[in-house]
Amino acid sequence: MTKEVKIKIRDLHKSFGKKQVLNGVDLDLYKGESLVVIGGSGTGKSVLIKCIQGLLTPDSGSIEIDGIEIVGDNHTTIDDMHSKMGMLFQGGALFDSLKVWENVAFDLIQNRGISKKEAKIVAIKVLRQVGLGADIADLYPSELSGGMQKRVGLARAVITKPEIIFFDEPTTGLDPIMADVINDLIIESAKDLGATTLTITHDMASARKIADKIAMLYQGKIIWYGTVKELDKTDNPYVRQFINGSSKGPIKVEK
Amino acid sequence: MITKLLEQFLRTLGKPLVAFLSSLGDLVIFVAKALYHCFVPPFYFKLFIKQVLDIGFYSLPVVGLTTLFAGMVIALQTYSGFTGFKAENVIASVVLISVTRELAPVLSALMVAGRIGAAMAAEIGTMRVTEQIDALVTLSTNPFKYLIAPRLWAGLIVLPILVFIGDIIGIFGGYVVGVYKLGFNPANYITATFQNLQMIGIISGLVKAGVFGFIISMMGCYNGYKSKGGAQGVGNATTNAVVSSSILILIFNYLITEMFFSR
Repeated sequence: MTKEVKIKIRDLHKSFGKKQVLNGVDLDLYKGESLVVIGGSGTGKSVLIKCIQGLLTPDSGSIEIDGIEIVGDNHTTIDDMHSKMGMLFQGGALFDSLKVWENVAFDLIQNRGISKKEAKIVAIKVLRQVGLGADIADLYPSELSGGMQKRVGLARAVITKPEIIFFDEPTTGLDPIMADVINDLIIESAKDLGATTLTITHDMASARKIADKIAMLYQGKIIWYGTVKELDKTDNPYVRQFINGSSKGPIKVEK
Repeated sequence: MITKLLEQFLRTLGKPLVAFLSSLGDLVIFVAKALYHCFVPPFYFKLFIKQVLDIGFYSLPVVGLTTLFAGMVIALQTYSGFTGFKAENVIASVVLISVTRELAPVLSALMVAGRIGAAMAAEIGTMRVTEQIDALVTLSTNPFKYLIAPRLWAGLIVLPILVFIGDIIGIFGGYVVGVYKLGFNPANYITATFQNLQMIGIISGLVKAGVFGFIISMMGCYNGYKSKGGAQGVGNATTNAVVSSSILILIFNYLITEMFFSR
């Protein structure tokens, strides 16, 4: 069975000054699949996700979304792409000048011409889907706990029913139980929408739970790619060291 | 030996120069982009109104006090420096000219730069470091149109209004000192003020105000937008916003004066 490729990345390079962060990344993301990119801190996972979203401009290489090249293109293409993408940011990145429901309904009100009254109803419905009551809709993001902020961020990412959802370290900074709640929500909302998802994380428990495929990024390249089952059987020393969380092995941590 | 020394000398000279030129280029690109998005829809009218209130309405007390005391002190200084002249006429005209041409626009702009420029840099800077600006982009909203254009328009339009109000308050300050402290005849003082009224003085002051307002918003947005590295970065951004806009205000004050009054 050949599956449709949703995002196709070839030979992607990105450097900041002299520091080479992405050094020839090749990656395929199949439609409806959940891909998790793992890797240590500072290996360029966030840079990768930001390149796909057009937040950073790669130095060279190719990124195709639904067969349309976005690298080196003018901004019109990538602007169109944003309407079918959603993103959950690491820190939530909620607009702190807006109320919770205005955050969730932001795209509906600003870009899709839906009235405020209607948008609020939809926002409260989506908030309920992520397990938050209508009573928090009129609060400001700073009045919420970290876990609640993540859930509001998730609601904002899925309200427009995107085809592709990005998760930037969704469980970082949460207690294990809340992390699992977020994992469940991610799986659930991706399944409901039939969305393709790309998650970056270094939380292995989360990766095992939400991934169909796992890719490991090390020194700017994808050094391993496979399913969760294959992950446990691999004898790749880099992957073994990472999933065992050992300081001894081929991966050297800069001190 | 000498070539080596020379090379080293040029290198130490060149490094800051290159850094300066690249940040200047950065600024020019930013300004060009910001101007483009000021004229291309969509426009966010509500955000513009919010900025007008922030920059304009809430700056009124500060600008009022600044110009009031500026007008008062000019009346007092002129009196002590020019006794023996036909005092009422001289003082009224000195207050009028100095307030409308220089004091109201420059002092108001410096006060607003401290109040608003810093706040803009801090707000946009915090949005940058907490990824809120990235979030805007992923929600199909251009941050230049959503954050920067409303602030630039508001700065450009509101400052002249503020300064016009400041003109009136400053002249009133001169009147208060002239009449109640120096014992001039109120009617004569007012007549002298209106006799010396020059359109060019007021207009040049208002043009200055518009330019200053634009500079304040632009430097606030630019420094905030480019800030990085957490709380310290945002702190630097606010400092830079206030310092750079204050200096630019003083430089452009001279240039605009030169444009209007030199022959």
